[in-house]
Amino acid sequence: MRTLAITKRTLIELLRDKRALALMFLAPILILWLMNVMFSANSDPKVEIATVNVSQTIQQNLKKVDGVSVKAVNSNRQAKNKLKKNKVDAIINYNQAKNHFNVTYANTDSTKTTLTKQALKAAITGQTITTLSTGIQRLQSMVKSTNPNISITQENTKAPSISNHYQYGNADTSFFTKIVPILMGFFVFFFVFLISGMALLKERTSGTFDRLLATPVRRSEIVFGYMLSYGIISILQSTVIVLTTVWLLKIEVVGSIINIIIISVLLAFVALAFGILMSTLANSEFQMMQFIPLVVVPQIFFSGIIPLDSMASWVQYIGKILPLTYTGDALTQIIMYGKGLTSLGTDILALLIFLLILLWLNIIGLKRYRKV
Amino acid sequence: MQRLIELTHLNKKFGNRTILHDISLTVNRGEIVGLIGPSGSGKTTTIKTMLGMEKANQGTALVLGKQMPNRKVLGNIGYMAQSDALYESLNAKENLKFFGEMKGVTSKQLQKEITHVSSVVNLTSSLNQRVSNYSGGMKRRLSLAIALLGHPELLILDEPTVGIDPALRRQIWHELINLRNQGQGILITTHVMDETELTDRVALLLHGDVIAFASPQELEKQYGVPTIEDVFLKAEKEED
Repeated sequence: MRTLAITKRTLIELLRDKRALALMFLAPILILWLMNVMFSANSDPKVEIATVNVSQTIQQNLKKVDGVSVKAVNSNRQAKNKLKKNKVDAIINYNQAKNHFNVTYANTDSTKTTLTKQALKAAITGQTITTLSTGIQRLQSMVKSTNPNISITQENTKAPSISNHYQYGNADTSFFTKIVPILMGFFVFFFVFLISGMALLKERTSGTFDRLLATPVRRSEIVFGYMLSYGIISILQSTVIVLTTVWLLKIEVVGSIINIIIISVLLAFVALAFGILMSTLANSEFQMMQFIPLVVVPQIFFSGIIPLDSMASWVQYIGKILPLTYTGDALTQIIMYGKGLTSLGTDILALLIFLLILLWLNIIGLKRYRKV
Repeated sequence: MQRLIELTHLNKKFGNRTILHDISLTVNRGEIVGLIGPSGSGKTTTIKTMLGMEKANQGTALVLGKQMPNRKVLGNIGYMAQSDALYESLNAKENLKFFGEMKGVTSKQLQKEITHVSSVVNLTSSLNQRVSNYSGGMKRRLSLAIALLGHPELLILDEPTVGIDPALRRQIWHELINLRNQGQGILITTHVMDETELTDRVALLLHGDVIAFASPQELEKQYGVPTIEDVFLKAEKEED
């Protein structure tokens, strides 16, 4: 009964704080929209190469590569000047006597350097093939002229054609697509943690908490009352975040959106319990703010956005104690492989264990303010 | 049961600092006990120990016959803190209802209780106003009304008359005396010395010790001064 009374009271308080309510729902939408703008920006690199003493064939071949433009320059000094002034991204200098390419990169953008390297390699290979095929043709005509009886079957010299099929996504599927499920979980965690952290703190600083504890209410009733009221809000909030992400970032979801929401809500409850626990430990709003980077940032580093497989094993253990690791995995499985909830048992179990431990810690933690 | 509060040789330390040195104090049924002392003398810690928010290192704290901390006993105590401790975005009625539910007042009785306590503190006409629109005095009165909810056997009031105008203060004291005459026990801390003349017994707290505990008249006679204020000043000087 008391649990419900606390839930009701907290909800009334939340609903009457229109500004906080608006922020709760608008802030995530705004952030996700910004992320969409950032991710959809064209990120294909463009390079301008200055060439010195480079043959026409190579120059032509270089130009065939996407994003490469070529400028023939008379002297090396002139080219270096251009590189210094940031007019070109690389200089290719050919030494005919040694049959040697000297390449100087600006190297201020590694993607441009890589593109230049690939372009040059492709251009040289292209030239070699052209030389070879003209040689073969010459050989064939020589053979024909000396002995016309030898029949040379004309092989189909056309290159085989390739058509690509994608099991998930399309040709534009990039690194970002892979981290979106993890980012989605991260935003759910972040925003819920943010609001719930302030919840109990406000009650404590206003003195109502002492008065509440001076009634025969159980500590668990307070924790569950808060979990329930903020839980209702965070169900709405994480649904908004999930739907905005899928719709704004045009994510192809192989599995079911309902499953995504279920996992997100589970994570939201973990974040909620975490936030309440932190607000029990913090002495002021300022301290609570300081907990945010401490709790939130490691989740980005170790939850799978950066692959941890190759790192030291103790680093991988850090990931295992962070709830976002399991949500990230579960959401990836649903979004990219279409897995159902039944095959995500481990992740769900892990999240439930987090939730139970945090709830228990919360109930124990309130002993700080009343001894029974 | 005559004794509502019985503190014997309470000792409370926070780390190395001793806040309560040796506190013995009783509050009987049908009695108003005043707790006075300068800031930092241990009044709030004494109250927190009675409510079970802190646990004494030594000594016993019996409240309504139960050793504190004890959760269930709290349902029979009306507590009013120094700060108003109200939910500002709720209206007065919602505040009363919420704390009534927390105290375990049955919903049938709660409506009657709310009408009663709000008339005691003169807030009947502004029950539906948000607390954020209340004046300081109104907040104080609502805070007192919450403490009175559920007709508790024992009232613990921390500075209940701060920021209340004289007319209303008189009215509140009138009501407190009424409650006492009905058999409730009241422990009250105050800085207003002439209020202590209205109590049945006064406990003088200094450096975590009860240095005097008797009726106002006895104390004045004992120290040979005309008012409790003088008793307070003289006692403080003697201790130093």
